[in-house]
Amino acid sequence: MSEQLYPVSIEVNGTLREAQVTARLTLVDFLRDTLRLTGTHAGCEHGICGACSVLLDGEPVRSCLIYAVQADGCKLTTIEGLALPDGTPGALQDAFCETHALQCGYCTPGMIVAAHALLETNPAPDERAIREAIGGNLCRCTGYQQIVDAIKHAAEKRNGEGTA
Amino acid sequence: MKAAPFEYARPATLAEACSLLAAHGPDAKLIAGGQSLVPMMAMRLARPAWLIDISRLAELQRIAAPADLPVDEDGHFVVGAGVRQCVMERDPLARASLPLLARALRWVGHVQTRNRGTIGGSIVHGDVSAEIALVACVLDATLELRDTAGVTEVPAREFFLAPMITSIAPEQCLTEIRFPVWRDPGKHAAHGCAFDEVSVRHGDFALVSACAQVVVDADGRCLRAELGIGGAAPVPLALPELGAQLAGNRLDEQAITAAADAAVGLIDPEGDLHATADYRRHLARVLVQRVLREAKEDATRKLIREQMG
Repeated sequence: MSEQLYPVSIEVNGTLREAQVTARLTLVDFLRDTLRLTGTHAGCEHGICGACSVLLDGEPVRSCLIYAVQADGCKLTTIEGLALPDGTPGALQDAFCETHALQCGYCTPGMIVAAHALLETNPAPDERAIREAIGGNLCRCTGYQQIVDAIKHAAEKRNGEGTA
Repeated sequence: MKAAPFEYARPATLAEACSLLAAHGPDAKLIAGGQSLVPMMAMRLARPAWLIDISRLAELQRIAAPADLPVDEDGHFVVGAGVRQCVMERDPLARASLPLLARALRWVGHVQTRNRGTIGGSIVHGDVSAEIALVACVLDATLELRDTAGVTEVPAREFFLAPMITSIAPEQCLTEIRFPVWRDPGKHAAHGCAFDEVSVRHGDFALVSACAQVVVDADGRCLRAELGIGGAAPVPLALPELGAQLAGNRLDEQAITAAADAAVGLIDPEGDLHATADYRRHLARVLVQRVLREAKEDATRKLIREQMG
């Protein structure tokens, strides 16, 4: 018995992507397996770790807790969409390198997506707001301090460039 | 961690969603935010044959606040079941009229889950430690359920039957939650509220939660109180009899301790991997004391502000 397929049309990082999917295909599997956008990581696959965070219509969500068919007609931004147009790392990604905010790197795409969403709504967050924003993202290497430092550093850089 | 196969429908109206539910019966589940259902499907604790997506139904997105603080009798704040938690969190009218819900929402999951999860979805899921369900019980909210036959109203305090089991029928859809908004306490008294919980990680399921809403006058006397405990009984537990006992008396340390002792006598927590039953009883006692103290302080602060202003 073959499973019913449903048409979806989702704008991913500015490009309209159309596909036929089974209803049970999660958004993270759609991104990784169907579109081969493997920057978004599948961690726990049941909404605990936050590694699969993406921006759905600009808001951070867990792509393992959404079926691709539910995102039909929506706009997605993944970690690939946060790089600069020439493919080099953006300011936030650079900040993660500068403060050693990653070790194994598994949580990093989700952390950067969560941090990006924070800085879009709160350009000068205090430490409490930063910790709240990444509260749904697990990191088993860093102890979080360098990640908090990276987000502070990125905010300072962005604000410095804006006023200079 | 992959769900079993299912079929998907995204009806354009609530009536159509109810017809689909009636047609498929217990084989179908409604999905809105999916933040509780999708994990259960990933672990195959739930295996619906049909998912009916109601997340885009405009009929479930209503937010209707009372125009002013009701004077003579309590008013109502109507929230559509499909309103996302993040929307209520940011809504200025909701924060002003339903401060207890606003405080509770800060404890619900994480930014990423509140962006998808809905007010109604959290209630129908029936988790005993769910913050929104506890607030609905403590404030004595009314739930509106709809099926093809019509509309039924159920008090939140009667909706929850056991862990993850509610009185909703398979063909019913929760459409609206009507939260009471307490009437204006007058010049010489003020509202106060507090929500607190203990969990392994902030945003995870609470081991135990507690909340309270009070009216306190300038002499420190409690004129009205409601309180409740989550995660320590088979259902989110409102304690209206304890609230009634607090009303009319000074809300001092002695009264707060007595209320916490009485509350612990009314719960029957289970022990599990995360916390023993004794530890949950201990948390319940401590948290009830904390929320009563904080709710009183919240009201007192408002009174002082009013007197100075």
